[in-house]
Amino acid sequence: MSILINKDTRVLVQGFTGSQGTLHSAQSIEYGTNVVGGVTPGKGGSSHLNLPVFNSVQEAVDKVQPNASLIFVPAPFCKSAIIEAANAGIKFIVCITEGVPTLDMLEVKKIVDDNDIRLIGPNCPGVITPGVGKMGIMPGEIHLPGRIGIISRSGTLTYEAVKQTTDLGLGQSSCIGIGGDPIPGSSFIDILKLFEADNQTDAIVMVGEIGGSAEEEAAEFISNNISKPVVSYIAGQTAPPGKRMGHAGAIISGGKGTAEDKIKKLNESGVVVAKNLLEIGSTTKSLLS
Amino acid sequence: MNLHEYQGKEIFAKYDLPVSKGKVVRSVSEVKQACNEIGGNRWVAKAQVHAGGRGKSGGVALCDTVEEVSDFAKRWIGQKLVTYQTNKNGQLVNCILIEECTDIADELYYSAVVDRSSKEVAIIASSEGGVNIEKVAEESPEKIVSINLDGNNISIDDLEKICSTLELNDSQSSQMKNIVKKTISMFFECDLSLLEINPLVIKQDGNLHCLDAKINIDSNALFRQKDLHQMHDPTQEDPRESEAAKYDLSYVSLDGNIGCMVNGAGLAMGTMDTIKFFNGNPANFLDVGGTATQERVAKAFKIILADPEVKVVLVNIFGGIVRCDLIAEGIVAAIDEVEVEIPVVVRLEGNNAEKGLSILSKSSTKIQSANSLEEAARTAVELAK
Repeated sequence: MSILINKDTRVLVQGFTGSQGTLHSAQSIEYGTNVVGGVTPGKGGSSHLNLPVFNSVQEAVDKVQPNASLIFVPAPFCKSAIIEAANAGIKFIVCITEGVPTLDMLEVKKIVDDNDIRLIGPNCPGVITPGVGKMGIMPGEIHLPGRIGIISRSGTLTYEAVKQTTDLGLGQSSCIGIGGDPIPGSSFIDILKLFEADNQTDAIVMVGEIGGSAEEEAAEFISNNISKPVVSYIAGQTAPPGKRMGHAGAIISGGKGTAEDKIKKLNESGVVVAKNLLEIGSTTKSLLS
Repeated sequence: MNLHEYQGKEIFAKYDLPVSKGKVVRSVSEVKQACNEIGGNRWVAKAQVHAGGRGKSGGVALCDTVEEVSDFAKRWIGQKLVTYQTNKNGQLVNCILIEECTDIADELYYSAVVDRSSKEVAIIASSEGGVNIEKVAEESPEKIVSINLDGNNISIDDLEKICSTLELNDSQSSQMKNIVKKTISMFFECDLSLLEINPLVIKQDGNLHCLDAKINIDSNALFRQKDLHQMHDPTQEDPRESEAAKYDLSYVSLDGNIGCMVNGAGLAMGTMDTIKFFNGNPANFLDVGGTATQERVAKAFKIILADPEVKVVLVNIFGGIVRCDLIAEGIVAAIDEVEVEIPVVVRLEGNNAEKGLSILSKSSTKIQSANSLEEAARTAVELAK
């Protein structure tokens, strides 16, 4: 098994006919993902990438039975797009879009939690189960089917961890980019639980960064609940306080959210923290041998 | 996006929160009329910058005459104020807020903030105001109450809890409940990420009063907060950071000498950390974005090279969906276009990386291509010495 995406995943793309939706849907299909159609209001009834386009998620659910949705719609419309998918009964949603207002996410988070929906993102690279399928913008070819589960708040830093574990022949069970926003749909803890229960995953790589306390909370959870080895890397050890480092969530404020605090807490919880970015793969390999 | 105190208080006034009568002046010549309009015979003059710690740095003055207010304005307008929250250059003072004087009996603390752990808006209040709230939380946590809202609702019990922690009497409690309700409305209607009143004071007459206003607006929500967006003051930002923002590039200047250009915020931080690991010093954080096109790379070079400290530029790109050979062509063209005179170390990874590297090594003597991030970082550190 793997987590979140398997051979039964039927993907609907919201924002299907836009430039991002088109590019990444085509790449996902090429990778082998079972994309069953897309939604673009006003373009229902037409065909795009040889797949049907619908006016609403409900219409798509009625006609082609998707069980997952991948969202590329612009930030101002993400809240309603996620709620629309939730109302149509979709239980797994990945939102790639960057720039969703925080208060929109507070509202969305309540709705998805109340309805037992797994939301990944926003502002994330998405989810991939190597060799099976991908819902996101990550380059498929750097992945290798294998036994390391990867969770990350960053996009390209995830690719870095993927590349290193691929080069060492370890491969990945699934890779989840939870996104760099202050209020993500899923936390490190949510995904750690899934990897702990997944019998294809032998070890977990958790890539964090400055800002907030998600890594500290994960550290505590790991020490009590995770039996598999966990390797971590925290980006932003040289970031100055009070400055937003690209991601909306990557900011040290009021002395809180520093890399130093996170690394300390992770070390105390039995997580092996890679000294630098270059050693994520080798540190993981050393734990498995 | 941060607001100035005077802008925050303008919004407070719209929400009927108790603020001092005040006027903003942008030149000394406006001082006399402003003081007359405010009335009274004592004024507080406050330099308007996006930083705390103004009082301790001479940026706030109690004035007994109009001349004293004028002197204060003369001293600060057009000058830079350095506080413990600014960098060594300080923040430009464009204007002064003149307010009527408030007789203070006691200082409290009040804030509303998005709490990332609980995924709710949290209200924090303390009977100890005017000081650093983190310090109070550490030393006397019993003086602080923290309440998580349910959406934009607060329960009657929680309102009572705030009033009892602040040790307010009946009349003050009813004023406080009003302040809490109004600030919650403001928080949600204005898409704030932080609203802080420090201090919230009890005046000699027993009434509550907002003596300061610190407001932070969620930058992601500016598309629907057009009026607030107008209040943006770019002079409070590093000029290179504002310039970068115009082109949708995320840039933060640092004090080292190795310029960094990276795609992705996480990898950009990771690259800075790697430079530091090999005993170098990054000059900046720069996320060139998912698609490192020639145009964006050229703009990024211009911004990095505007920093005279930069001795070498390290470009670290993880190709992803975009092919590395295309990125390499973009980098070569951008270096020609911008006429980069200092060495550029490039590490390309991902799709077609080898092809990209060979384009780079054939193109220009200024470019040194590296086969790994480690090699790139070591080379850049060596060249920056």
